[in-house]
Amino acid sequence: MTSELFLQYVFAGLTYGIIYAIVAIGFNIIYNTTGIINFAQGEFVMLGGMIAISLNNFMPMVVAIVLAVMITMVIGALIEIVFIRWLEKPSVLRLIIITIGLSILIREVALHIWGESVRSLPYFVGNEVTSISILGTRISPQVLWVMGVCTVMVLCLSLFFRFTLMGQKMQACAANRTAATLCGINTRNMVTLSFMLSAGIGALAGCVMSPITYTQYDGGTGLAIKGFTVAIMGGLGHSMGAVAAGLLLGLLEAFSVSVLPLAFQDAISISILLVILFVRPHGLFGRKDAAGLKEF
Amino acid sequence: MEKFLKAGPATILALLAVFALILPTGCTKKEKETIKVGAILAVTGGASFLGGPEARTIQMLADELNAQGGVNGHMVELIIKDSGANPEKAISFAKQLIEEDKVFAIIGPSTSGETMKIKNIAEEGKTILLSCAAAQVIVNPVAKYVFKTPQKDSDAVKKIYAAMKDKGITKIAVLAGNTGFGKAGKGQLTKIAPEFGIDVVMAEVYDKKSTDLSAVVAKLMANKEIQAVVNWSIVPAQGILAKNMRQAGWNVPLFQSHGFGNIKYVETGGAAAEGIIFPAGRLLAPELLADGDPQKELLINYKAAYESKYNEPASTFGGHAYDAFKILCRAISQVGADKEKVRDAIENLKGFAGTGGVFNFSPTDHNGLAIDAFAMWIVKDGKFAPYQK
Repeated sequence: MTSELFLQYVFAGLTYGIIYAIVAIGFNIIYNTTGIINFAQGEFVMLGGMIAISLNNFMPMVVAIVLAVMITMVIGALIEIVFIRWLEKPSVLRLIIITIGLSILIREVALHIWGESVRSLPYFVGNEVTSISILGTRISPQVLWVMGVCTVMVLCLSLFFRFTLMGQKMQACAANRTAATLCGINTRNMVTLSFMLSAGIGALAGCVMSPITYTQYDGGTGLAIKGFTVAIMGGLGHSMGAVAAGLLLGLLEAFSVSVLPLAFQDAISISILLVILFVRPHGLFGRKDAAGLKEF
Repeated sequence: MEKFLKAGPATILALLAVFALILPTGCTKKEKETIKVGAILAVTGGASFLGGPEARTIQMLADELNAQGGVNGHMVELIIKDSGANPEKAISFAKQLIEEDKVFAIIGPSTSGETMKIKNIAEEGKTILLSCAAAQVIVNPVAKYVFKTPQKDSDAVKKIYAAMKDKGITKIAVLAGNTGFGKAGKGQLTKIAPEFGIDVVMAEVYDKKSTDLSAVVAKLMANKEIQAVVNWSIVPAQGILAKNMRQAGWNVPLFQSHGFGNIKYVETGGAAAEGIIFPAGRLLAPELLADGDPQKELLINYKAAYESKYNEPASTFGGHAYDAFKILCRAISQVGADKEKVRDAIENLKGFAGTGGVFNFSPTDHNGLAIDAFAMWIVKDGKFAPYQK
């Protein structure tokens, strides 16, 4: 394998990988505050992209993206308030079924609003054929946008959780909800906030990746499966684990193409998911004893 | 309209009941029996860009026909079922249409995979099936009641290979989506290649939901022998492949299947779609046909009617449903509303100009189109233009 080919695979892998990681972080944020997996996470990504594409017809792209992220955050909050907040001590299973139902609902609504056709935002820099040369390999500048935006997002999130009061309150909820309540933290608001946050980062990822992958009403499902795999692989609840696992899965998928027929690409992530669930259900980076304390 | 399509049998039955109540009092003239035509189309789901225009086209045609008093005085009632490109659903809809609704004929399905699943059901139910799907296996071997309107995929392959030969291309890579259409196309591409002295150096299949093909492009690109790429799919990946190739700085000619005949793909591919070469029917630019060409007028009319009614560009896919509906109506107008006679009439229909070409059916050819039904096209300045070498 020549070094150019190697790099080409690396860039392809990192592009998918960082997107999977963002979806996985979305799963983790909600998991940390509620203990459930929100299967509508992929739909937030789709919504972000779709709303930005529609708004882009009337306003500059930057404004459209910012608005789309905010609108998706409001949708995330509304979902939590309407469907989840008022439930008294819901079981984990019930919540999961609710999120699956929500994902189908959002998909159908999107189908009615935007139809079945494929859309995309314009490239941020250049157009479909623009490419830049890095170390002898050529990639689209949009790939750098995806990597850049997602990296900044990950950094901001970790700063938010570590250094802001709000972030620490959310972490407190994650650690022990009863204790957090006793400390005067409104855990219900924290849950709403976690839905907003994960909707927001999903939507932003959906916007930056739209020129590369296109946006379609049912585009969220596949992403949710990959993101779920990554979240499990990295250990549920571990944001940094998710980043590592996401990049790992992306690279594995990209390099698999060089030895296996392309058709097996998706089988790889599902196989990994199964192996991890059987062998290390607490993930590559999670701690077994910590996982044992969780309900799910 | 869309809502009406989705409303399903319950609403249609209710409407019928209302009509039944009104008819005896309001209308004294004896009406001829309504002809029920079923349609199984992928209006939603992964193949919706096929099924959507198809359903809208036959709805438009049926409305037009009924407004003009029907065919031989029979009104046509459409029963459109949305299969979502799911073969299981296609099977149950086919059974329902044949056994419960007792339809006169079925138009569709939109995809080859679905059609192959219900070929036998139509055959056993002695119901005419006019498929809008491309794969040649649908009519080869010939089944008595099964016809199809899109051009043969083997002819598309031959057209592409002939164009390659002209360009002096002998070593190619083949990419295909994992749909019935993709698999059938890949089979034809590898089978016919030796006839034209073309060598398929690499062949890859990708998932129909693929959103990025840059890794496989890197793999193909590493093989310096490859002079051109042929992609066979009916999914958005057609545009994604073009983008990934050009972004990687790989500028070999890209050929696509006749599944590329929708201007939306050119729009989504943007600048990367420039220079894509593919075979398709003449609907893409009917104004360029010579005056007196049997297809010219109907193509222009269909395109104008569809585009003004639905405010979206007409595609060759809607044209397949147009042909199916018109062929059925022509046969009924010739021999009356008798299933067996209509089947025979379709089988013997000659020189019938449709959107896909001029149909000449025979007992051994239930497609009726020759290779000249295809023209080669190239994407130029974001539009389809006739391809000249």
